[in-house]
Amino acid sequence: MTRQQSQQLAIWVITAVSAIVVIPILIVILYMLYNGISTISWEFISQPPRNGMTEGGIFPALLGTIFLTLGTAVAAIPLGVGAAIYLAEYAGDNRLTRAIRLAIVNLAGIPSIVYGLFGLGMFVLFLNYGTSILAGSLTLGLMTLPVIISTAEEAILSVPQEFRIVSLSLGATRWQTIRNQVLPHALPGIITGVILGLGRAAGETAPILFTVAAFYLPNLPKSIFDQSMALPYHLYVIATQVPGMPLGIQYGTALILLFIVLSLTLVATLIRSTMRRRREW
Amino acid sequence: MIKNKIDVEGFNFYYGNFQALKNLNVPIREHQITALIGPSGCGKSTFLRSLNRMNDTIASARAEGKVLLNGKNVYDPDVDVVELRQRVGMVFQRPNPFPQSIYNNVAFGPRVLGMAQKGTDLDNIVEASLKEAALWDEVKDRLNHLATDLNPGQQQRLCIARAVAVRPEVILMDEPCSALDPVATLSVEELMRELSDEYTIVIVTHNMQQAARASDWTGFFWLGELVEFAPTGELFTNPKQELTESYITGRQG
Repeated sequence: MTRQQSQQLAIWVITAVSAIVVIPILIVILYMLYNGISTISWEFISQPPRNGMTEGGIFPALLGTIFLTLGTAVAAIPLGVGAAIYLAEYAGDNRLTRAIRLAIVNLAGIPSIVYGLFGLGMFVLFLNYGTSILAGSLTLGLMTLPVIISTAEEAILSVPQEFRIVSLSLGATRWQTIRNQVLPHALPGIITGVILGLGRAAGETAPILFTVAAFYLPNLPKSIFDQSMALPYHLYVIATQVPGMPLGIQYGTALILLFIVLSLTLVATLIRSTMRRRREW
Repeated sequence: MIKNKIDVEGFNFYYGNFQALKNLNVPIREHQITALIGPSGCGKSTFLRSLNRMNDTIASARAEGKVLLNGKNVYDPDVDVVELRQRVGMVFQRPNPFPQSIYNNVAFGPRVLGMAQKGTDLDNIVEASLKEAALWDEVKDRLNHLATDLNPGQQQRLCIARAVAVRPEVILMDEPCSALDPVATLSVEELMRELSDEYTIVIVTHNMQQAARASDWTGFFWLGELVEFAPTGELFTNPKQELTESYITGRQG
């Protein structure tokens, strides 16, 4: 085989491998669209389920997922970004820091059901928040922390050292340097990480299973101490627990959930690519 | 009689076990330009950064001896490093404006030091600083433009404006012209001469013509030691040390 032929072969193999990865995803999405698109209407999004959930819409579950995602953001962003600033800017290279980093890596590897059970033990029972949006948000927040910490730390570290040195040389304190010269440049990266983390949280079922999610609620939640329905759990329920569930509603629900998660990911990707193009150093 | 702005006395500096500066004694005269010359790695930049304690950020670094600024040792435990750096400003080798507007580059220091937050007070500081750096006429109509769009010579003068905006007493310049073309270099040198009325300037340079042209005093560093320190004219025309002579005539280094 000549060098040109082996080059051709390599390109062919790599293209085929990429296709093998992409095609199943496309098939899944198209299949869901085919089965679910006809169900989706304003009524489906804005109405509660009726008649044993076999009719009506998904509004309470959709709203619950929005609340949970916002709650996760409130719980995880300050902690995660704060920890990232500490690790990137203040922490020295010592045993404590290495232990913290190891803990973060391990947190990222924990199965989501373990988070769910931890949330049940810690927030629902021990702290006595009950099965509530609060307990669910904290559990999801905990699960999201490693993603936010590691992407935010990476974003902070990618700000050129020179900016810090110049800022310090002008008589700025360390915090003023971080606040005014480091964080603004790291912000797009931090936002990207936060959104990716939230996107993952929005689609998770296991962490909310014991901490917040309700099978069916006639009323919308009134405070963070109330239970709520949530899309991923609702999908699980209507797909496996309700006999005689029309397929259209199942696929429609799945489609909406997919749409939420994909649009969060898309926004994150757009922010990242725009900022990368605008980067001036 | 010109007084000494900075007196360095018995100063040693170490990176871990490596001694970068050996028992230095350097007088820096007020309102004069002191040039430090010597081959790469001789310690002149380390010395410069010791004067405003920018070396503090290096974990393994250690300083011994005294750097007296107006008679007060800047390495004393009661010295506030942040305040010291306001008093002893710095201009770097590569023009390094923040990727922000021209205005915000100059306004950054005054803002963080609480000299002025906004409005006419801040406008006045920015204008005065840009005038001091001989950049005002070129940028006054586009203060909101990105500083990184200026040419390198303008960027370096902007960095000088940024440094003078916090009213330092001393300005340290670490090879400020090494990234500039000859025309821009000359304009920075002229600027240094004007600034020396107001500030004490210490400049590290690789360019011996620059030291000879632009400075009042010259120190020659070799392997972490100060070989010779003399008025510039004297050092270049009549060096006392053989090593100095062979370096400035290009036989050594």
